[in-house]
Amino acid sequence: MHSTPANTEPGAAAAAPALELKQLSVGFPAQAGFTTVVYELSLAVRAGECLGVVGESGAGKSQAFLAAMGLAPRSAQVTGSVRLSGAELAREGGALRRVRGAELAMVFQDPMSSLTPHMRVGDQIAEVLVRHRGASWRAGRRRAQQLLERVHVGDAARRLRQYPFELSGGLRQRVMIAMALACDPVVLIADEPTTSLDVTIQAQILALLAELKHAGTLAIVLITHDLAVVAGLADRVAVLERGRLVELGATQQIFAAPVHPATRLLLRHAQVQAGRESRAPPPRGAPLLELKDLAVRFPLRAPAWRGRRFVTALSEVSLELAAGEALGIVGESGSGKSTLVRAILQLVRATAGEVIWLGHPLQQLSARALRALRRDLQIIFQDPLASLDPRMSVLEIIAEPLRLHRAQLTASERETAVLAMLARVGLPEELAQRYPHQLSGGQCQRVGIARAMILKPKLLVCDEPVSALDVATQAQVIELLAELRRESATALVIVSHNLALVRGLCDRVLVLYLGRVLELAATADLFAAPLHPYTRALLEAIPVPDPALQPARLATALAGELPSALSAPAGCVFHTRCAHAVMVCAHTLPPLEPGGEGRLIACHRWRELRDAHGATAVRTGYSS
Amino acid sequence: MSSWARLKGNRTVLVAGGALVLLAVLALLGPALSPYALDQLDWQHLAAPPGLTSGHWLGTDRLGRDLLVRTLEGVRVSLVIGVLATAVSVVIGVAWGATAGYLGGRTDEVMMRAVDVLNSLPYLFLVIVLTTLVGRGSVSVLLLAIGAIGWITMARIVRGQALSLRHREFIEAAVAAGGSSAHVLARHVVPNLAGVVVVYAALTLPQMVLFESFLSFLGLGVQEPLASLGSLVRDGAKDMQSALWMLLVPASVLIGLILCCNFLGDALRDALDPREY
Repeated sequence: MHSTPANTEPGAAAAAPALELKQLSVGFPAQAGFTTVVYELSLAVRAGECLGVVGESGAGKSQAFLAAMGLAPRSAQVTGSVRLSGAELAREGGALRRVRGAELAMVFQDPMSSLTPHMRVGDQIAEVLVRHRGASWRAGRRRAQQLLERVHVGDAARRLRQYPFELSGGLRQRVMIAMALACDPVVLIADEPTTSLDVTIQAQILALLAELKHAGTLAIVLITHDLAVVAGLADRVAVLERGRLVELGATQQIFAAPVHPATRLLLRHAQVQAGRESRAPPPRGAPLLELKDLAVRFPLRAPAWRGRRFVTALSEVSLELAAGEALGIVGESGSGKSTLVRAILQLVRATAGEVIWLGHPLQQLSARALRALRRDLQIIFQDPLASLDPRMSVLEIIAEPLRLHRAQLTASERETAVLAMLARVGLPEELAQRYPHQLSGGQCQRVGIARAMILKPKLLVCDEPVSALDVATQAQVIELLAELRRESATALVIVSHNLALVRGLCDRVLVLYLGRVLELAATADLFAAPLHPYTRALLEAIPVPDPALQPARLATALAGELPSALSAPAGCVFHTRCAHAVMVCAHTLPPLEPGGEGRLIACHRWRELRDAHGATAVRTGYSS
Repeated sequence: MSSWARLKGNRTVLVAGGALVLLAVLALLGPALSPYALDQLDWQHLAAPPGLTSGHWLGTDRLGRDLLVRTLEGVRVSLVIGVLATAVSVVIGVAWGATAGYLGGRTDEVMMRAVDVLNSLPYLFLVIVLTTLVGRGSVSVLLLAIGAIGWITMARIVRGQALSLRHREFIEAAVAAGGSSAHVLARHVVPNLAGVVVVYAALTLPQMVLFESFLSFLGLGVQEPLASLGSLVRDGAKDMQSALWMLLVPASVLIGLILCCNFLGDALRDALDPREY
């Protein structure tokens, strides 16, 4: 159903919208004729307003705005009109170049590939001013510093002289926004600006965009696949499906009473992301896996005369995992999550402590004995395509563990087993002869799961199993993992920065920060009442699909970023960002102490904070 | 589009590949079909210029030997030595480089330092010593000398690739599945190096042919009455003032051969380079 077109909104006559698309169509010549990816899209956004443009991948949301900016691929055919502050925008040539980047600015998903690697950040921002405003380089750099301060980059003067690779993902995205703001644009188009960032940093960037919106002069177009992201920011939401505008309305209305099935589906995805808990009671028994004071240090490359230096990726991690249990490991990027699972699997050598598997310390095993044990310890990876050998067919990939551990099988027995496994992960038999690059991301991840599960391992480690997949596929893969868990007695260790995934699948959750355990608790307890301030901050950073709640949540987003592991803070590792830090936190490392019901927590003040917060749970979505 | 389809769609490949195949077939069958033998002297036509009247289409040399037969023979010898030397360098280079790159650490350092040492030896000098010790004209010594140079660059390239493969997730997946180093190397590392190896081998072939010709030109390679393109060019160069064709015939064939190999290598690189997708 089509809702009211934008240009008949009340008040349209008062002033021309900042950006107005009228009957914009984008198409590409294809093998069989012509494919249209955007059909007659009409949208408008005015100054001080944020328009959310939402749709699944392939809905044409990016294509529409790339075309509006004149950035569509050369083969694209674009028709319709694009008006900027009431004036028709040229489709190409010098006139467009002058407008693009000055009045019409864009921020992309991946800030690393949008910044030039060999240029200092300050020069890149200054270049925009030199190019568009004819400013001198001196003036440009001075303004660059002001811009960085405006987007809340701390220590802006020093950042100006750094190169993009020296900055974290969140800082790079801030730099991109500063660059987009350089010429005081009329419209800022943000295309999935937070998709590749941690939840905490996502909340910070969204808060920054909200602040820019409230300044009142800028019109913001926020393109995303995640309705929860637009909830705190957008005034109106446009929903696209397969190139068509299917619903447009005020944000409140879209969330409260979605009309089109596509909108409802997106809303359902957003809610799945936001919650739904694993209710299974944590199984108890003899521990399958035990970690004792595990630590991992990596040597640093440094000149010989400075001595060997190390970076500590993991310190004093102790843990017991029961057979069949599911443990979630959460934390921001750089918290040591991946190092921990690689140390468990002996893919990374622990520098101290022990990994005990069914009573055997793994580090003391011979290489041959360890290889034999690996049949019970399997892993699935973050990037499904990269984890499959591009030169092997699906059949060969899934059969490999069988070749290694059950060499007595004949080729046809192996094939039968693989085909059965394919059916179990929901893939058709024909796929067996295909190669990884011929599969979709979701199919690749299923192949990875099939390879890991074919030997019926006792432990399956999942390293960010869904973060490289789009939302609809994520839900399917999560469902598959839950199903496999119900059917087999496999224990799971799930590493993710996606707390919702952990919540849906895990019995217990381990919160890591700079390589240290801050909190360990049963999932339900952790989500109901997080005891550590960091856990609370992480939970509060998850966007909720609720326009009434989300703005307030953005306003209280956890500040700052994970410190470098090279200069880990003394005392409590989290004290530099903690809102409740006191003197003692800065010099004394809090012990990991029991907090009742099998919980462990490392915070000096958790008791008083618990009493202060009382029973107030963190709102993590509709289900709580 | 598969790399094979892209390879076939490239006209340079068709022309260069066709010319190469034609030359190889001629070199193999030509001498047998010709009325003249390789070392047969024709006293009626000493240093005859190319033409149809004498019966020697591309002329004869000072001793009256048919230049067409000798050139084809030279192509055969050059190609055989080039292909064998390339094969030697591929086998040693891939084994050495993949092992060093995949295992990394101390092993890598020791193996690659050995390569550095070999690479810093003055090669020509070594070849001269080798050939004088064993006796000139030994094809196996020639092969050894040429192959010994080729594998060094191959090992470096392969090692670099293996080093970057080592941290790819599918290699980690194979280790996690319980594969031994030998298994991972043979089943995952080497197959994924195939593209680079094929391309580099295709570009090594002309270098090998050229190097053999160079050694033969210096008199260190193939000896009379056998001929390689290098020795023919040397002989021709002696008489270039009076009988230019003696130089031009083998030289142009040599240039054509190497050009074809290079075109083919470049096209292979374009077709197999995954970054072009």
